[in-house]
Amino acid sequence: MNTDFLNTPTGDEGMETRLWEYIDGISTNEEKSIIEKLVAENAEWRAKYHQLLEVHQSLNLVELEEPSLRFTKNVMEEIAKYQIAPATKTYINSKIIWGIGIFFLTMIAGFLIYAIGQIDWTVAGDSKSTLGVDLSKVDYSQMFNSNLMNGVMMLNVVLGLFLLDRYLSNKNKRLKDA
Amino acid sequence: MDIIARVLNGDKQSYSILVERYQNFVFTITLRYVKTREDAEEVSQDVFVKAYRSLADFKGTAKFSTWLYTITTTTCITFLRKKRLEVHSLDNESVFEVADNVDSGMRANQIEQKSKVNMVNEAIKMLSPDDAQIITLFYKGEQTLDEIALIVGKEPNAVKVQLHRARGRLKDKMQKYFSEEVKDIY
Repeated sequence: MNTDFLNTPTGDEGMETRLWEYIDGISTNEEKSIIEKLVAENAEWRAKYHQLLEVHQSLNLVELEEPSLRFTKNVMEEIAKYQIAPATKTYINSKIIWGIGIFFLTMIAGFLIYAIGQIDWTVAGDSKSTLGVDLSKVDYSQMFNSNLMNGVMMLNVVLGLFLLDRYLSNKNKRLKDA
Repeated sequence: MDIIARVLNGDKQSYSILVERYQNFVFTITLRYVKTREDAEEVSQDVFVKAYRSLADFKGTAKFSTWLYTITTTTCITFLRKKRLEVHSLDNESVFEVADNVDSGMRANQIEQKSKVNMVNEAIKMLSPDDAQIITLFYKGEQTLDEIALIVGKEPNAVKVQLHRARGRLKDKMQKYFSEEVKDIY
């Protein structure tokens, strides 16, 4: 017999867990045969098994609660006021999601490229900074002052306006369809 | 799926078949969360309206009942938040205080008259909403552990453990509060 099976998990809770799995029919074949043997030979396991089986059988007898007789009529009256909403897939355009992703990635990449471009690598070794880069030597004043940066920013603004326009026109179309 | 297709194609009346079929399940689960039948009816009605409006989103990858019970769970939680009702957590001691209060009023004049089924029902009401819901879904909602995991947003293994513990707590409640009645019935 598998002795690990008897010892895990701990104590009484372990026994209950194994027995519930057996009662629910989710034990493996090996576990089933061990439990059947234990229930047949061990009084403690047998008593616990009958106790849990009783709870299981009682739960199977429980009846469902019933709402009032007018329930279905009330629901049907309520839904008469509504239309089925279009499926989420039809109004969440994956191109827009991708566009938003590209928008933010472009922005992050633009800032990173510019910041790295500003670093004077020749003096970086002399720095006492733990990053190996003397941050005090980065010229932040020029960060928003160069043609490259302005270009990236403008591109992002145009892309943002384009996405907003697509979103609003889709929304407008949906409202017209409804 | 045929009924759902008909509703999606504009046959609103066919939705009443779904309401008839699932209303008791939805109402029972709702009653595990809310205290009164009036509130439970209101929430259950809301569940069916939400399900109707979102029907186009049901893709048939899971059972309709699993999808509907997910809506039921979220609607109940939203309702409780709105009402600011106290939700008892799994290990909340006040659950046992509630059970004691229920017991004191019940034991003297009501329980003696009740059948075994009602007794189990009363014991379920003493559990936390989470425990009561998981037991109801497993025994009455015809849901597997994997489907319950989808509904409550947990891992199947966590649901299995919770179900075992919930039944253990139910057994303790039945032994503690209804032991004499159980003996009489068996």
